[in-house]
Amino acid sequence: MIEKTGMTDARKSLYFHLGLIGALFILQFILPAYHHGNLARIMVLACYAMGYNILFGYTGLLSLGHAMFFAAGMYGMGLPMVHLGWTPEPALISAIVAGVVVSAGIGFLALRTSGVSFMIVTLMFAQAGFLTILYFGEWTRGDEGFVIKQAERVMAGFDLSQPTNRYNAALILFSICLLLTIRLVHSRFGRVMIAIRENEERTHMLGYDVHFHKWMAVIMSGTMAALAGAAYALLFGYAGATFASVQYSIFPLLWVLLGGAGTALGPFIGTLFMFYLIDLSSSFTTAYMLIAGLALVLLTLFLPQGLVGEFRRKVVPWLS
Amino acid sequence: MELAPYLILGSIEGLVTAAVLALMAVGLSLVFGVMRVVNVAHGEFFMLGAVLAWFVADMIGGHPAVSFVAALFIAPVLVGSLAVVADTMILKRIKYDPERTIVATIGLLYIIQQVTLMTYGSNARPVEPPFNQRISIPWFEWTESGLSMYWPWGLGTTTYKLAVIGFAVILLLAIWVLMTRTRIGLIMRATQLDRDVAQAYGINVDRVYALVFGLGAGLAALAAVLIVPIQQAHYLMGHDPLLLSFIVVIIGGLGSLAGTVVAAVLIGLSDGLISVFFTPTLAKIIATLIVTFVLIFRPSGLLGKHNP
Repeated sequence: MIEKTGMTDARKSLYFHLGLIGALFILQFILPAYHHGNLARIMVLACYAMGYNILFGYTGLLSLGHAMFFAAGMYGMGLPMVHLGWTPEPALISAIVAGVVVSAGIGFLALRTSGVSFMIVTLMFAQAGFLTILYFGEWTRGDEGFVIKQAERVMAGFDLSQPTNRYNAALILFSICLLLTIRLVHSRFGRVMIAIRENEERTHMLGYDVHFHKWMAVIMSGTMAALAGAAYALLFGYAGATFASVQYSIFPLLWVLLGGAGTALGPFIGTLFMFYLIDLSSSFTTAYMLIAGLALVLLTLFLPQGLVGEFRRKVVPWLS
Repeated sequence: MELAPYLILGSIEGLVTAAVLALMAVGLSLVFGVMRVVNVAHGEFFMLGAVLAWFVADMIGGHPAVSFVAALFIAPVLVGSLAVVADTMILKRIKYDPERTIVATIGLLYIIQQVTLMTYGSNARPVEPPFNQRISIPWFEWTESGLSMYWPWGLGTTTYKLAVIGFAVILLLAIWVLMTRTRIGLIMRATQLDRDVAQAYGINVDRVYALVFGLGAGLAALAAVLIVPIQQAHYLMGHDPLLLSFIVVIIGGLGSLAGTVVAAVLIGLSDGLISVFFTPTLAKIIATLIVTFVLIFRPSGLLGKHNP
């Protein structure tokens, strides 16, 4: 619906999110060191969640194996840096290529199934990926992981291990992912994705190539997740098999559900909320995943739309 | 040194795995067949069965046989009751929506696992088997004095392992009788075929669902009690059996009980035999990929008749 007076919904939504990016930029001058570091981490993980949201929130496909895309980026970045001595720039490209190749391949195979089978197939592929990382422990160092040295984490002259640079690099990545998501959702392609989520049969009847759109959604989603994985390895200097485990496939689902599936801002809010919930609870119990479990159950019961989803429904219907 | 004795030993170990796997996977298959939902928390019901068996055995004490038999009854009933509560409190309220059920049972998985960590702790604890005589397996060889019997060093099994296989066979037969020869089995099958028509005929579908979910969880717990004298009880022990039972249920054809049992024997035996030749990690990778491709190219499983 286009309004005759004032701004269109798309424009209002864009300004709202630009405002958020501005607020995050200013926050770095106010926050104490501990939360400053946390927020950088949250922004990178939110990119992972935004990638997940493209597939789950907008296209309606629930994957339980996104950790393999995250890990594809993480190892696509980390392995050539550590074993081949690459600088971050070409390593970033190899990480993106790894993300595209893995998601295109897995997507091609997994999309032959649907519904519950799609979830199990993605889960299984991710499990095979996780085991493969363990199998090649000589290079990947398995569960223990490997550290990327501070001296190697210099990109375009910026030392990315230094907190301010790291925060701003994370913010740039976060802004790119957020704006790309908003751009995608308002494009013709994004509209078809949403149409598939709402009614796949009808979209197919209208003459759209449903399978192609789903495949592209998997690739975009997987590549954004890989980008987040690569950024995580580069900014925090560590790659380990834990990030390829089932738990890291569950996390983006949890973050997106909590924040609101199919909202641009939801993944960030969900990640922020869950990060601090676990951060607070792990100070008094080792069983911090209990919080994640409770959150999942309560969410499915009482807040299926998520925090931002409810907020949009009640307060600002124009939010994308 | 001959290979054959090791293959026999591998087969026995494989059959023990198959027996436990079949019980657990039949539980998962039953839940999927009747309720059309995937229970991701199934592995945690298995783990809970093992942990409760330890608690019961620890509390009762006395002769291992007494405490073990007590655990064999008490643990599955407790786990089954917990599942019934979870069904009524969570799954019924989200109307068994397939995707939301997966999310909710993932939540349940973490709740059960982490509460166990907080109460039982992170140690692995054994339960004593009710009986455990070693049986050496004889092998034959040609010597100068003709065919003679000898006992290869280390080649042996225990009476308890053989009893597990036997007990699992009896239980699986009991489930088959329950499903095909009793009124409650008829009601479950009717609900599986068509939920709405079953309801129209006056079947209380909510109660059937609760019962099936409880029964499925109880079977997982029972399998765990049987295995806990061989493998210790640990709060993370549910993970691998969950993946394996997924594999079994998929290979056997989603919702087909006979197919599930056949697949469990197949997977259990090949698991026992593959690990003779390959490293466990490579074996797992190969098995996982095979199953994934079965699911992609034969969505109804090897023995399944139609796509559910």
